Amino acid sequence: MSAVEGQMGVNASAAGAGLSAADSIKEQYLSFILGSEEYGVDIQKVQEIKGWDTVTRVPYSPPYVLGVINLRGSIVPVIDLRIRFGLEQIPHDATTVIIVVHVPGERGERIVGMVVDAVSDVYDIAAENIRPPPDALGSVDKVFVRGLACQDKKMLILLDVDGLVIASVNSATKAAA
Amino acid sequence: MSLDLEMEEIVKVFFEESFEGLDAMESGLLTLDAQADRETINTIFRAAHSIKGGAGTFGFLEISQFTHSVETLLDEMRNGMRAVTPDAVQVLLQSVDVIREMTQSAQAKQPIVTVGADALSGELARILAQKSGAAAAPAAGAAETAADATTVAAPAQLPAAPATSAAPVKSGPVVPIIVAPGSIEGWRITFTPEPTLFQTCNDPLRIFHELTSLGQLEVTAHVGALPPLDAFDATLCYLSWTLVLRGAVEHARIIEVFDWVEAVSKIVYEPLYVEAAGAAVSKPGAALPAAVPPRKSAAPEAAAGAAVPATAAKAAGDAGSIRVATEKVDALINLVGELVITQSMLGRFAEKYEPADLEALRRGLIQLSRNTRELQESVMQIRMLPIGFSFNRFPRLVHDLSRKLGKKVELKLTGENTELDKTVLEKIGDPLVHLVRNALDHGMEMPETRLAAGKSETGTLELNAFHEGGSIIIEVKDDGAGLNKARILAKARERGLVQEDETLTDEQIYNLIFVAGFSTADKVSDVSGRGVGMDVVRRNINDLGGHVQIFSTEGLGSTIRIRLPLTLAILEGQVLRVGKEIYVASLVSIIETVQPTREHLSSIAGRSELFKHRDSYLPIIRLHDLFDIEPDSRDIAKGLLVVVEADGRRASILVDELLAQQQVVIKSLETNFKQVPGLAGATIHGDGTVALILDVPGLITNFLERQSGRVELAA
Repeated sequence: MSAVEGQMGVNASAAGAGLSAADSIKEQYLSFILGSEEYGVDIQKVQEIKGWDTVTRVPYSPPYVLGVINLRGSIVPVIDLRIRFGLEQIPHDATTVIIVVHVPGERGERIVGMVVDAVSDVYDIAAENIRPPPDALGSVDKVFVRGLACQDKKMLILLDVDGLVIASVNSATKAAA
Repeated sequence: MSLDLEMEEIVKVFFEESFEGLDAMESGLLTLDAQADRETINTIFRAAHSIKGGAGTFGFLEISQFTHSVETLLDEMRNGMRAVTPDAVQVLLQSVDVIREMTQSAQAKQPIVTVGADALSGELARILAQKSGAAAAPAAGAAETAADATTVAAPAQLPAAPATSAAPVKSGPVVPIIVAPGSIEGWRITFTPEPTLFQTCNDPLRIFHELTSLGQLEVTAHVGALPPLDAFDATLCYLSWTLVLRGAVEHARIIEVFDWVEAVSKIVYEPLYVEAAGAAVSKPGAALPAAVPPRKSAAPEAAAGAAVPATAAKAAGDAGSIRVATEKVDALINLVGELVITQSMLGRFAEKYEPADLEALRRGLIQLSRNTRELQESVMQIRMLPIGFSFNRFPRLVHDLSRKLGKKVELKLTGENTELDKTVLEKIGDPLVHLVRNALDHGMEMPETRLAAGKSETGTLELNAFHEGGSIIIEVKDDGAGLNKARILAKARERGLVQEDETLTDEQIYNLIFVAGFSTADKVSDVSGRGVGMDVVRRNINDLGGHVQIFSTEGLGSTIRIRLPLTLAILEGQVLRVGKEIYVASLVSIIETVQPTREHLSSIAGRSELFKHRDSYLPIIRLHDLFDIEPDSRDIAKGLLVVVEADGRRASILVDELLAQQQVVIKSLETNFKQVPGLAGATIHGDGTVALILDVPGLITNFLERQSGRVELAA
């Protein structure tokens, strides 16, 4: 709790207006590490965080769709964000983490797992502290970036989970067709 | 919030019961056709009565008003005041359709279209009028005679009549009615309470309830004054109501009811002089003109058209609930009880385990596996419904269709109690309708032709359902003309489906009728003959994991036999291994598995590989190539060939090893991911990992198409 309050304090000073900070709309982001960068996803989209599990490969899938796992009886596809963003691949082991997110699908919600290096922190970020992404943003396709945010003197790349996941799964279909 | 949810539940039950009631009415009416007995009429009447009551309660006034007129007619039949004529039965059957359409719209939360109801109300009024002794005005002439109060047609409902101009509240003798004008009164009450109504401890519901004891009450709530949710104060009353009370009620009685709220409400009483029960019969919605869309064309076609989106929306919005017999639930509870006992017995071992307990532990585990299996079976039982639910539409269909085609057909249903999975049941309905229509239209001959052929004038159409092994068999059997092989073959040659010199087996010829766009019908009727249908039938059945077979003898009739799995949730699977990957194939599609020897293998142009299986050559599907897997060996002779069949086509699939045969629970890949070619779904192994299920028909089709594509390219 105190950690969260501390975060809010940071936000307030970052906003530069201590009094109005309470009025600004803040969203919570779960941050995770991928290579040397830190990314954030809207925490509302996150269903759970789970450890590495045996993944069953699905034919005709692009390389970043590792396959499917059994999540308490549901068949859930798993996307490797390192491969998706064109980063160097590292072997999956017990420390590999899967962030399970839910996104809108054609028929209700879709549950999809994203493989990341490690989960980092939860930040409260005010909307006005989010800056639009620059045109050149290294490996990540700009369309999947919601914006950039500065947090504890680090840069956080905020991802558009819906866009990223839907595009990944849909391109998986195209590859199959 | 929770009240809303509760209400939703109750309304859902109303819909379910209404549809059941409508089915009951329909089947009752169909038996009335042959002979009218009091008990059947009573059953029909009761069903109509409950629907009317329920619809009124939940504010579906269009339904309740229309059903009311149906009820009136039935009541007269029930009391013996009216003979049961085929004409009346036909109108009642149409009424059932109309009520069903309206109920479906209501269920889909769409505005209720009353065109169909309006058209039929005229018919109903006409029939009711015949009784009352007045000259039965022919429908077309009704407009002219409308002004005559003694005639009893209902101009507002006739196609020619303009939108009911006045929808009169105090209509006087403008709308002709059955009962003499003025004999029954009613009241229209506009009830606008102060917002502080609730604070005076008054409950409008109590008042309405009181009014219903005086007569038939229709309530319309006006919600226009409702504030946005954030400004909503639950202690205030934002609603006002328009009440229509039918019946000979004294003004004083009504004032008495409103006595308590008079001080905090604005109440306007308007007497309805001639809006008597009869008027309600002939004019649904008359009391609430605003709620009824203007009637212009009352053509039944329009109604049918309007019903289509409603039905579609219903299918989409149907949350899908099942009514389960109490004994099935009780059986489940018993099993869960046993499971709990087994669990506590096994739990003991976790606390203290002596090697001597091994035998007891093993027994406990055996018991646990038995409990699990029984529980699984019982849970599956809940999804099982008798096929009668699907069959019960056919008496009506055959009745209507044979009448239309001028054929005499007797329908025999057997095995209606055969149970199958709800999903299968829902999806098999349409294919069955196609098959029955085909049988009636193409199979069955006209009575004179039958007599000339030495058969009885009345044809027999049989629908049978029974279990065979792990499948359910449904047969559609007619004693009509049978399939004309020569004609099918000629047509197929004409269309280039079959080469001139090709000879086909009977089965292959019959299978031609499943080809899309294939029809031997000389003329296209509105029943069938367009050549769409049979291909859809086969596709639907294949989608359900079943297959169709045709047996036919010329001159004696045809039998179409459908084999379906009992359930879609569980599959008898054969586990296969290719390299490091595990797949599951449906056992039903596997004919046998063979270890090929080199002399049985051959290849065409070095491309497509064939395997000689008994007398035929089967294409070899290399699963490792198709799915990009690193196999143990690429040498076919070192692997196993699984001979599979789907849609009458065979192929062999190359795998490395056969593993266990086991029941697997089918999980959807699509829910969270996508449909993948060659895969029918996924399942979960005992160790918690996922295995993919092969879509054997899809694999064969894709593979053969690709093969033929390649050959064409090469040529």
